[in-house]
Amino acid sequence: MLGLYRIRPNITVSSKVFIQRDYSSGTICKFQTKFPSELESRIDKQQFEETIQTLNNLYAEAEKLGGKSYLEGCLACLTAYTIFLCMETHYEKVLKKIARYIKDQNEKIYAPRGLLLTDPIERGLRVVEITIFEDRSIGSGR
Amino acid sequence: MSAVMITRKVRKWEKLPGKNTFCCDGRVMMARQKGVFYLTLFLITGTCALFFAFECPYLAVHLCPAIPVFAVLLFLFVMAMLLRTSFSDPGVLPRALPEEATFIEMEIEAANGNVPAGQRPPPRIRNVQINNQIVKLKYCYTCKIFRPPRASHCSICDNCVDRFDHHCPWVGNCVGKRNYRYFYLFTLSLSLLTIYIFTFDIVHVVMRSMNGGFLNTLKETPGTYPLKLSLTVLEVLVCFFTLWSVVGLTGFHTYLISLNQTTNEDIKGSWSGKNRGQNPYSHKNIIKNCCEVLCGPTYPSNIGTAINPTVSVTMFIVLSLQKTTAPLIPNEHTPDDAKPSIAASAEKSPSPKEEHPAATKVPPLASPETDAETSIAKERAH
Repeated sequence: MLGLYRIRPNITVSSKVFIQRDYSSGTICKFQTKFPSELESRIDKQQFEETIQTLNNLYAEAEKLGGKSYLEGCLACLTAYTIFLCMETHYEKVLKKIARYIKDQNEKIYAPRGLLLTDPIERGLRVVEITIFEDRSIGSGR
Repeated sequence: MSAVMITRKVRKWEKLPGKNTFCCDGRVMMARQKGVFYLTLFLITGTCALFFAFECPYLAVHLCPAIPVFAVLLFLFVMAMLLRTSFSDPGVLPRALPEEATFIEMEIEAANGNVPAGQRPPPRIRNVQINNQIVKLKYCYTCKIFRPPRASHCSICDNCVDRFDHHCPWVGNCVGKRNYRYFYLFTLSLSLLTIYIFTFDIVHVVMRSMNGGFLNTLKETPGTYPLKLSLTVLEVLVCFFTLWSVVGLTGFHTYLISLNQTTNEDIKGSWSGKNRGQNPYSHKNIIKNCCEVLCGPTYPSNIGTAINPTVSVTMFIVLSLQKTTAPLIPNEHTPDDAKPSIAASAEKSPSPKEEHPAATKVPPLASPETDAETSIAKERAH
C-alpha cells in the first residue's frame, strides 16, 4: 500500500498520550472521552470528544448483537465457517470504515495541529494513541 | 532530493514475544506443545477410519446408505471445528510498547503517591464499575498492561488472552474470545460423532449375531472375522471412554454458556457462592447469553493473524524539502519500526534546502484511496 509522508525537518515526537478503554458498559470496545491535559494547548475539547464518541459509536456498530449478527453467525456455522473465505465479516467491514475515518480525521484536523491518531486496532484495541509532534524549526513555537 | 525507502510491513504476530508457533504466513497459530493435539487427531481419524472401513459397508447394505453419508459429514464438521480451534488466534492481547508501558507506570506512580522507603508499593489494581458491580483489573507484569475484564495471562503460551477460558492441550491452543465458539461446536459435534459411532457399532454387532449367530459367521469368514470383531470392540471401547469425557465437557460448557461465564471464572469462583447472581456480563436470559457467545460478532485478531495477509509492502517517500503547513501527513498503516526511522532520517539529513514556494497542501504522489482499493483487491484475491 502506497504511503506518503511529508515531513519538515526538525519535527520530532514530543510525547504520546494514551486514551484508555472505558469498561463501564462491560467488555464492549469503548474509549474514555475524558480530555487529557496534554492536549489542552493543541485542540478543542469539543473536537476531541466528538472524534472519540464517533469511534465509540462505530465500534458499537461493529459489536452490535442483533438479528443481522445472529444470522451471519448461524449461516457461518452451517457452512462450517468456510463462508468467511469468500465473505468479509461485518466487524471487518466496520474496521475498514474506522480506518478511513481515522485517516480522514488525521488529515483534516489532527495533522494540521501537529497530532497523529493511531488506529486502536494497531494497539490491540486497548488504547487510542495520540502522538504529539513538536516543531523545533527556528521561529515557530508550537 | 528525495529518499525512497521500501520497507516490508512487519505484522504484530511476527514480533509477538509469547511462546507460540506460527506458520502459513500467520494464518496458523498454536502453542508450543503439540503432542496431545496429534494424539487427538490420531484418535478421531483412526476410529473413524475403522468405522468407515469395517462397519459402513455392512450397514449401508443391510440398513440404510445414508448412515455412512451422515457419518462423513459429521466427521468433516468435527475436523473443521478442531482445526479452526487449534489454528486460530484465541484473542491474544499484544503487549504494551515501551511508550505505553512508561505512560501506565507514570499513572500508577502518580496514583500511589509517595511510598516510604522500605515499604512495599500497593498492588497494581484498577477498579471499574460494570453494571453496578465493582470489577478489579489486575496489572500484568509480563505484558505491562492492565488486563481488560475477563482477560487472563496464560503461562503456557505466555500471552494475555481476552475472555480467557482455559488452555486446552487436546487442541494445542488457548481457548479465548475468538475461538470459544469453535471449541464448543467441536466438543458438541465430537459428542454426536462418538454417540453415532458407538450406537452403530453396537447395532452392527447385534445385527451380525442375529443374522447368523456367532459360530456360523465364524465358519464363513474364519480368517477375517476375529480381526473385524476385535477392531469393532476396540472402536466401542474408545467411543465408550471418549463419550463420558466429551459429553461431560459439552454439558459443562453448555452450562457455562447459559450463564455467560468462563471456565477460568468458574474455577476461581468469581460469580458463585456468595457472589452468585452478580455476574455483570450475563444478560440474565439463557437464550440471550447463548446467542451472544455462539452467534456474536466475529472479533478481529489483535495481532494481525489472517486479517491482512497480503499487505506486506509499504513504500515511504520522505520528501524532506517540501514545505507544507502541516508538519506531518501520515499514511494509515504506520509500522512502529518505520516511524523512528523516518524521524531519524529527517534529523540526520540536514540537506541544503531548495527554496520551494510554500504550498499550503501538496497533493500526495499516490492517492491513498486507490491504494486502499488495490490492497483490498489483493486481499480478496488471496
